[in-house]
Amino acid sequence: MSNALTRKLSPSKIGLAVAAPLAAAVFSILISSLAVIASKKSPIEAFKTMWDYGTESGSLMEIVNTATPYYIAAIAIAVTFRAGLFNIGVEGQLRLGALFSCYIGAMFVLPPVLHVAAVFIVAMTFGGLWAAIAAYLKVKRGVNEVISTIMLNALAGGLSAYLLSKHFAVIEEGSNNLATKELPASAQVPDLMPLLRKVGIEDQPGGGVYGMFFVAVALGLIFWFVVNRTRFGFELRASGLNPIAARVSGVNSKKMTFLALVISGAIAGLAGLPEVLGQTYSYNLGFRAGIGFSAIAVALLGRNSAGGMAVSALLFGFLEVSSRSLELIDIAPETYVIMQGSILLSAVIAYEVVRRFKLTLQSKELAKVVAA
Amino acid sequence: MKAMKLLRYAVMLVFVLASIRVITGASDLTSTGTASAALLLSVPIVLAALGGLFSERSGVVNIGLEGMMIMGAWAGGYIGSQHGPWAGLLAAMIFGSVGALVHAIATVTFGVDHVVSGVAINIIAAGLVRYLSTLMYKSGAWPGPSQSPGIETIPVNGLPILSGGSFFGWKSPDLLGSIANLNWFFVSDLASILRGLTGDVSYVTMVAIAFVPLAYFILWRTAFGLRLRSAGEAPVAAESLGVNVYAMKYAGVLISGGLAGLGGGFLAIVAASNYQENQVAGRGYIGLAALLFGNYRPGGLLAGAGLFGFADALQLRDSAAIHALLLLIVVILAFVAFRKFKSGKQIGAVIALAAAGFTLWFYFAVDELPGQLVTMTPYIATILVMALASQRLRMPAADGIPYRRGGLR
Amino acid sequence: MKKLVLILSIFFFGFASLFGQVEVEDSKVSSIYPNVDERKIIETKWRYTYALHLESNTIFHKAEKGYEYFLYFKYNYTYDQFLNGEFDKGVWSLNGSDLFYSFKHIKNFVIAQITKNVLVLEFEQTNSKGTFQYHFVRVDTKDAPFVKPVNELPDVLVEELGVGQRQRVEILKVLFRGANILIFDEPTAVLVPQEVDDLFQALEGLRAQGMAVIFISHKLDEVLRVADEVTVVRQGSTVAEVKSKDVTARQLAELMVGSELPQPSTQGHTRRDEITLALKDVSIPTATGSRDLISNITFNLHAGEVVGIAGVEGNGQAELVEAIMGLRDYTGSIEFHGDSIDALSVADRHDLGIGLIPEDRQRQALMMTSPLWENRILGHQRSKPVMRGFVIDKKATFESTRTIMQEFDVRAPGPDTLAAALSGGNQQKFIVGREMSKAPALLVASHPTRGVDVGAQGAIWDVLRKAREKGMAIVLISADLEELIGMSDRLLVMLRGTITAELDPAKTTPEQLGSAMTGAA
Repeated sequence: MSNALTRKLSPSKIGLAVAAPLAAAVFSILISSLAVIASKKSPIEAFKTMWDYGTESGSLMEIVNTATPYYIAAIAIAVTFRAGLFNIGVEGQLRLGALFSCYIGAMFVLPPVLHVAAVFIVAMTFGGLWAAIAAYLKVKRGVNEVISTIMLNALAGGLSAYLLSKHFAVIEEGSNNLATKELPASAQVPDLMPLLRKVGIEDQPGGGVYGMFFVAVALGLIFWFVVNRTRFGFELRASGLNPIAARVSGVNSKKMTFLALVISGAIAGLAGLPEVLGQTYSYNLGFRAGIGFSAIAVALLGRNSAGGMAVSALLFGFLEVSSRSLELIDIAPETYVIMQGSILLSAVIAYEVVRRFKLTLQSKELAKVVAA
Repeated sequence: MKAMKLLRYAVMLVFVLASIRVITGASDLTSTGTASAALLLSVPIVLAALGGLFSERSGVVNIGLEGMMIMGAWAGGYIGSQHGPWAGLLAAMIFGSVGALVHAIATVTFGVDHVVSGVAINIIAAGLVRYLSTLMYKSGAWPGPSQSPGIETIPVNGLPILSGGSFFGWKSPDLLGSIANLNWFFVSDLASILRGLTGDVSYVTMVAIAFVPLAYFILWRTAFGLRLRSAGEAPVAAESLGVNVYAMKYAGVLISGGLAGLGGGFLAIVAASNYQENQVAGRGYIGLAALLFGNYRPGGLLAGAGLFGFADALQLRDSAAIHALLLLIVVILAFVAFRKFKSGKQIGAVIALAAAGFTLWFYFAVDELPGQLVTMTPYIATILVMALASQRLRMPAADGIPYRRGGLR
Repeated sequence: MKKLVLILSIFFFGFASLFGQVEVEDSKVSSIYPNVDERKIIETKWRYTYALHLESNTIFHKAEKGYEYFLYFKYNYTYDQFLNGEFDKGVWSLNGSDLFYSFKHIKNFVIAQITKNVLVLEFEQTNSKGTFQYHFVRVDTKDAPFVKPVNELPDVLVEELGVGQRQRVEILKVLFRGANILIFDEPTAVLVPQEVDDLFQALEGLRAQGMAVIFISHKLDEVLRVADEVTVVRQGSTVAEVKSKDVTARQLAELMVGSELPQPSTQGHTRRDEITLALKDVSIPTATGSRDLISNITFNLHAGEVVGIAGVEGNGQAELVEAIMGLRDYTGSIEFHGDSIDALSVADRHDLGIGLIPEDRQRQALMMTSPLWENRILGHQRSKPVMRGFVIDKKATFESTRTIMQEFDVRAPGPDTLAAALSGGNQQKFIVGREMSKAPALLVASHPTRGVDVGAQGAIWDVLRKAREKGMAIVLISADLEELIGMSDRLLVMLRGTITAELDPAKTTPEQLGSAMTGAA
């Protein structure tokens, strides 16, 4: 088997695997530098500041915390992308998941682990239900899921605002903020500081790493296993790669579409929970918006694979957190948006170019083999 | 002829709306103001849908219309506040095309999946525009980090005699307006709707609506249009006959960007008077929905855009009108139930009837629809329309398929 | 204007639209044909619906002074010779394929139908020598009608035309643009023998008109029939250039392959008593209420038997395959080994032991961007050896893929080669191997050797032969008449969705089969 192994690790293979992200990184550094120069500052100073700030312990923890919801949401999106579908409605699904799980979770008390599990189940149910609307429309009426999920996003925003202000909120004295009743302690997910302290990492003022980090990692592993190693995952991928051939091979395409979208929604429902269960302990007006859209970028950048998305999530988290320091040197912190955007664009193009190159390379190899 | 059938439906609709107005007293349903607003708000949707038309007909799925509209809106605000509204509109078209250029390069030259590229463009455009706005704010040029300074308005005009248009200083009589004020059932409603559609109309609106027959002419009556459409239907065959398919796809996408950008600029300059963040609010996607509703033809998408524009206008004007709209839904559902019953689909008829009953109960049970839900009207309308109008969509045969020259086998 | 004449000049490719009929007194015409009692002058617009079928038995007359002819003359006269009267005078009848010379500056073009079977074409031409008027008279005979409706509905979409008609539209399109060189790539793949004859007549005509034709085909007898010179290409390089009259088909075959071409044939009777597949009154209605896609298909297939389904493409064969595999809803009953499978899903039918070689391998049988080992799983993702429970057994899959590659001579570096990198023939061999690996009792083979190189074709025929001997029942659908006749034990002809004939392949020639397929017989 050494032949197969050396083929797998051959310089050309490694080179190709790295080529795309590398090209993307270079391109985006270029564009971001231009953006910084446009505001009359030095790009080198900007990058250095970001790096210094971003690698402090406190920042690192914050980066992981920022990345966790992105990762969970990206997994949800990747499930559909792999099947050739586009669930752009993750934003709405996670929002509703967070809202309902806070509201319902605060209604009762259960022993700690059970309570958290119950909250998870509620979040997944509502996320999945919301996605099921789009799934039903797609399967029964052929409605394009891109448009329907985006419309559902907007609807979720309005619905959650309405429910929060009219029904779910408890009024706090002296505060403008509307929030659901605070979750009892049994539902709150502790952070990972006890574990980290053992490894010698000190406490930081910003708080610790969310406990849901483990959940995210577990989800990533499950995702990888199911998609690559099980029959369901194979049929999912086949539906995405060649829906006609999948159908001919016996995959029930309507069932697959429906399942993929609903599962995606269920996972997305969990994506709003890290912050809610680990920090704010309730759903309020300040609920972080835009996770769903950044997660789309993370999924695309990570090429819908468990490992790739993890790296991308951390990268996006890094950019977001470290760019706050730019304000200190008087650069608009929104520059990170430019960085994220240019990485996304260049990566998406670079992946395609590399894929084609690989194919040509293989055909040439094949020709040599056949002629021999 | 189809046009006659459409006219019949339109008249029936006006009649039903007039009746509802009388019953509920929601005068906004058929008022001039609402019709005017409906026309105004359907323009960006029409433009986005036309953009989608050119792009999809050339075989490139363009989800990125939203992003191109956002860029157009921002450009409209930026240039429009400094150099006047017309310059702003032009800049909007250009910025939209720049966004489209990126999409075209990614999909046509590099073969990236069309939906992926479109979604990426939307994300990037939103972020880019936010970044630029912050720069503007920081430099003191803009009053806030998410809105531009004001833009002067573009003059309006109307039809002569019927709608009080003024030409060369002479203000013509306003026949339709007078009839509308008489408050006669149905006649006045019809008059006020027509007055709203034909009077005090911005010049840009007229131009934008004129784009619809122009698009039809270009795509179906010129050689360029034929080549563009052949690139979307059978690119391999077209290439073998000498059509430069790559060039046609680029053209389709760039035109779509220009139109979408113009739609965004319209939102900033004509529908509002400055650029605000989140101004576009999903209208790019609604435009796509209108395109699908119209089965990829200009006439159909105009009807779809009108429908969505109406829904949009109502929620801006008066929430009582939305409430009254529920009655309209009851009537439509009853009509659908009747049709299904006649064609033998009993179960479908019963469901429709049940839904009608529920809506009727809902109308009586709820006095006033909550504000947050009212703003959702256009989105709900889009979903409902897409779910119900499941005709045989005939999209261009090679739409969405990345094309590479040399693929005869 | 040149285009107008070109259109006309392509004999069965012109479309003439009869656009309103006006009775006009035309003194010119009556002066030439005074004995005629009916006259109709039909004006042409440039869109046509009738094909002018101008072939042999065409007679034309020499014109009177002031008139010249003509439109129709043998290609070895020049235009000047014609003008000067240097041709045989009198009544000519021309046989074979005749062509038009391309004129420039034509205007005022009129078709006058004098009686039911005499047609006159008139037009004027101006050149440096002056203005001339041309007449062309055509007498219709029983054997050679000059007007053949090619297409009844001028607004019909091309996707609704039959393949032979589409091909004619294609040729027309190309000539309309003034092409001088025409390239035909496997033009006879979808034609029945009679249509092939028509095509070759057209080619003769084009050649005579001075156009250059490149005819690409692997059907060697046709190549020899139609070409003057033959170039043999193998694996992308030219191997030989010969004149067609100097070689036989056999020699060409040897040049192509380096050895003799394989022949499809089956020996002996391997049919067993057991009935593997039984179809009874299977129909698929269309949603729009017009003719059923397939109607009342009934036949039994025994183990060890090959039934060949012959038919022009688009007559329901694809739908029949879909019905058997469960990809489409149908009425009627299908039984497999005596049990009804009507309620079973596609996956269940696969698992029962029905294998499929689909007609379009890239669209229906492969994931092009995936490696071969993943493609091995496709269609078999519910059973061993690729699965262990619901988990993929990667090691077993690799082994199985390697075995298939060896047994079926799939030329590729290894199981992780991407499917897209393989040639068509190797892809097809892989697919055949994959289906055979679970030894199905019934194999539905739809165009199994389409687009496949000669070597792979022979290999696949071998596989099918051996499987038949072992008792596999095979439904063979093909457009290759020799393949059908050679490989089948029985032939069923499908036309417009029904079985119109059952033939014994031992007693059927390709021509007879072709006639049955088009309903001419």
